[in-house]
Amino acid sequence: MSLAPITPRPGPTPGWVRVLAGLAAALVLLPLLGMVFRVEWDGFFERVTSEEALTALGLSLRTAAAATVLCLVLGVPLGIVLHRMRWRGRSLARALVLTPLVLPPVVGGLALLYAFGRRGFIGSWLDSFGVTIAFSTTAVVLAQTFVAMPFTVLAVESALASRGERLEAVAGTLGARSGTILWRVTLPSLRAALATGAVLAFARALGEFGATLTFAGSLAGVTRTGPLEIYLARESDPQTAVALGLVLVVLAVAVVVVAFRPLGRAR
Amino acid sequence: MTRFLVPMAIVAAFALAACTGTSESPSPSASGAAPAKDVVLQVFAAASLTDAFGDIGRDFEHANPGVDVQFNFAGSSDLATQIAEGAPADVFASANEKQMEVVGDAVPAPTIFTSNVLTIAVPSDNPAGVTGLADLAHEGVKLVICAPEVPCGAATQSLAAAQGVTLNPVSEEANVTDVLGKVASGEADAGIVYVTDVARAANVHSVKLEGAADAVNYYPIGTVATSTHADVANAFVAWVLSDAGRTVLNSYGFIAP
Repeated sequence: MSLAPITPRPGPTPGWVRVLAGLAAALVLLPLLGMVFRVEWDGFFERVTSEEALTALGLSLRTAAAATVLCLVLGVPLGIVLHRMRWRGRSLARALVLTPLVLPPVVGGLALLYAFGRRGFIGSWLDSFGVTIAFSTTAVVLAQTFVAMPFTVLAVESALASRGERLEAVAGTLGARSGTILWRVTLPSLRAALATGAVLAFARALGEFGATLTFAGSLAGVTRTGPLEIYLARESDPQTAVALGLVLVVLAVAVVVVAFRPLGRAR
Repeated sequence: MTRFLVPMAIVAAFALAACTGTSESPSPSASGAAPAKDVVLQVFAAASLTDAFGDIGRDFEHANPGVDVQFNFAGSSDLATQIAEGAPADVFASANEKQMEVVGDAVPAPTIFTSNVLTIAVPSDNPAGVTGLADLAHEGVKLVICAPEVPCGAATQSLAAAQGVTLNPVSEEANVTDVLGKVASGEADAGIVYVTDVARAANVHSVKLEGAADAVNYYPIGTVATSTHADVANAFVAWVLSDAGRTVLNSYGFIAP
């Protein structure tokens, strides 16, 4: 654990900064408020605990958890490697890795389809072994991991960039092996960044919609996650869509509150 | 992060309201079918009507100089939500009667103007060799249909029941476009969609669906009560219902009711 420096209290915040901050908060909160106003609380509980809703939310939680594990297992090494890359292509490599952040979700779904779909260049090869990803829960997890992993990579990379790797260098001169340094020095010191990266990845995976819709399909209990259930419910029963939407908002808020707890503690 | 579609539709409605607020134009003369100059007519129409209404809009503009027909093509339920939330539509053309009921008094007198029937869509190389409804129930045929909650899915369900076939889809999508996408990309071996959807899709062929004639989907159209150009809107609706409109619709696979 590195010691956080003691920072003096900042001076007073200018008035116009407070005004803009208020506007920013309003932009985020007003639509949420609009949703709360629109919910019919009569029958709310029945709507969010119907068989379809629980199946979809359960699938969402399971797949988002699996995607988060994948994001950690794959994204943390990628963040470390990206940070330590010394060649000129590093910024390009970073931009490519972070592409899913800016890609419209449907485009992400199409890209996954062209790689892992039945006619994709990897999918068609897998198909010859009898492995089909499309229309399976695996496809949901793959889509969620695709869109969520940049958060883990970014969290790890920026944490490494801001703290430097002096500790690793010292451990190296003391004769520690690279594996030992990773497990005993690097990862423990990244705990806050790992927690943030994991929880943001989980939240992003929970909200994943476009890539899942395009790539995985929509079947109850298999690929129809919470957001897809909302999309479908909206066609026939908007009140259920709003109610489920609110449940996802509450879940997302809870997740983000947890995500930023480590940051608060580090201060 | 999470997608909240209903609020988004509401935001879209407000955005539309903001955009069209500036395109106010002089109120048209009271002469009915011969509208005044520089009227912008907002037509909210089901996505399946995109090509046909594009043609009809051009014809209508040509016959009515000074009228600018602007379309908002989207899923009927999105459009119904927008209109119910006060979007400045002049005409609403829905792909089913249910969404016209959703807007209620906002469109006081809708008329059925055309209809659409279901068909089987397969990738152009038809990898599973689908020749009819019975093949869709076979093991190993990846079938994608609309979910029973939406009109095309309800029609699919009643058709399958009437024909005594049990379908085991790998996916139940929220709209025809998503079904068609799965078929066109070759992910699915077959899908059940509307005839007009196949007509405007690439890489997709149609296979005759037994019993389709018994599951017809009717399209209603009407002038929106709050329209500021009600006479032009009525003229547009009349044009769609006329022989000229019908001919265009039929050329895209729609069937006169």
